[in-house]
Amino acid sequence: MLSAEQVTVRYGRGRQRITAVAGASLALAPGQRLGLTGPSGSGKSTLAQVLALLRAPDGGRVRLDGQVVTGAGLGVPRQLRRRVQLVWQSPRAAVDPRLRLDRVVREPLIAHGEPPEAHSRLLAEVTEAVGLTRELLTRYPHEVSDGQLQRAALARALVLRPQYLICDEPTAMLDVSTQASLLAALADRQQAGGAGILLITHDRVLADHWCDEVRDIRDLSLRAQPGPVRV
Amino acid sequence: MTGTKTSHAVTTTAATGPEPGAPALLVDGLSVRFATAGRVVTALLGVDLRLAAGETMVVAGESGSGKSVLAAAVLRNLPGNATASGTVWVRGEELSSLPPAAQRRFRRRHVAYIPQSPATALNPVRRVGSLLMELARARGLTGPAATAALESALGALDLDFHDVARRYPHQLSGGMQQRVLNAVAMVGEPALVIADEPTSGLDPDLVEATAAGLSKLAERGAGLLVITHDLRLARRLGGRLALLYGSHLVESRPTERFFDAPAHPYGRGLLAAMPEHGGVPIPGQPPELTALPEGCPFQPRCPVRIDACDGPMPEPVPVAGDAPAPGWVRCYRHHRGGGDA
Repeated sequence: MLSAEQVTVRYGRGRQRITAVAGASLALAPGQRLGLTGPSGSGKSTLAQVLALLRAPDGGRVRLDGQVVTGAGLGVPRQLRRRVQLVWQSPRAAVDPRLRLDRVVREPLIAHGEPPEAHSRLLAEVTEAVGLTRELLTRYPHEVSDGQLQRAALARALVLRPQYLICDEPTAMLDVSTQASLLAALADRQQAGGAGILLITHDRVLADHWCDEVRDIRDLSLRAQPGPVRV
Repeated sequence: MTGTKTSHAVTTTAATGPEPGAPALLVDGLSVRFATAGRVVTALLGVDLRLAAGETMVVAGESGSGKSVLAAAVLRNLPGNATASGTVWVRGEELSSLPPAAQRRFRRRHVAYIPQSPATALNPVRRVGSLLMELARARGLTGPAATAALESALGALDLDFHDVARRYPHQLSGGMQQRVLNAVAMVGEPALVIADEPTSGLDPDLVEATAAGLSKLAERGAGLLVITHDLRLARRLGGRLALLYGSHLVESRPTERFFDAPAHPYGRGLLAAMPEHGGVPIPGQPPELTALPEGCPFQPRCPVRIDACDGPMPEPVPVAGDAPAPGWVRCYRHHRGGGDA
């Protein structure tokens, strides 16, 4: 179980200080497909980063399979970090433009010290699963479409076989067919590995169809969520 | 400045003899190719479009189908390694026939472009008011006339000009930024409005606000060209839908009719891929624009392909029963003797 327990995150200081997430609680079970919806600016992406262990909450805590995780990013022990991966909304912003796609996907294997002799096999498995051809892997990000790049970003997140995958609007930039194909690849991979997936999306119809359960971020807190005011 | 602009517009107008009631946009046989390291990317091939004043046309296609290139080609804003052939008329004027400075003036005056991301389209270090006045000036409005036009345009989208004007872009919510860009597009009544993925990444409320703003532009008489992968937005906007696949327009239909009964197998595949229709992906992957397949670009993925499909690209044929305007499809299954699709 990956859970946020009454997580609060604030940005800024003094009078500029805003509360992006106010005491939100959410739990993701292995093998579960959980949807998270809510309007722009309601703190979905912030909560995603907390759950992905990339940002430490200002209040509350994150628990990974019973263990309380303190710190964030590189401050989290490697064995914990590799169990939770994040897919970002915009692959253009999430991928280093100077790396070829095969290197993009291989990067986590290097960072987490996987034995080099296993790299090629793991790389081949995961890229086939997301529908990337060997030829595409030799290209740089600017030489592929958004859909192809998001497949590479998904492969990068899956290559370590995480137990929990946080997907923050992974298909918002993609057409429906690419979206359907990416989500089908994700579903296959999940059924094979039993990972828990949190799908964050604006698309309530998509969430209802793809997820076992859908929560709205505004319902996750005991208190009313202040959030930025929409005019 | 204004004098030169006006006299210039008059001369070119006289020279090319623009018919009153010329379509907002007419595209004839537009092809665009890019030369990149050892490869030729064919982004558009033989695209024909006609968009009347007050009409809406949505160009839909998957990422990498060439749809953003269409916007760039119409705006004559292609990068240096692109070669374009074919002809584009905006409001009866062929832009490529004008000298570069006149092209820019014409474009500023008559064409509005709504970019994909409102947050990055507004200069963050200037107050919104100064940006708005600059844009109004480009459309030939200054002083009280500019203020009046901005008040009216922003008012149409429930924004108060004087309130918005004194703020910086970051002090506006995403929805307000989007509405400001929509409003700007109305100022000076441009003949053609092009919106490139106007709803990408927006939540449903903002999508609705954007769609309402876009519809208003068409109501005020602009030809509205919306480039998007968002089929629900296309449905919401109505008008006409053109499907771009592998650099070709493969189907152009009244939007309602498309959603009732798509004619091209690719169109049927797209609808089936919508989550509400089961989210079934189209097998295979879109073609690389560096290596388009022989014949119809969709034939390698097509569930109903026949032998003719790897021959020449089929000519457009009318789709029976389309109203109010006729629709067409480029598919051998709709040709005589091609069998039922």
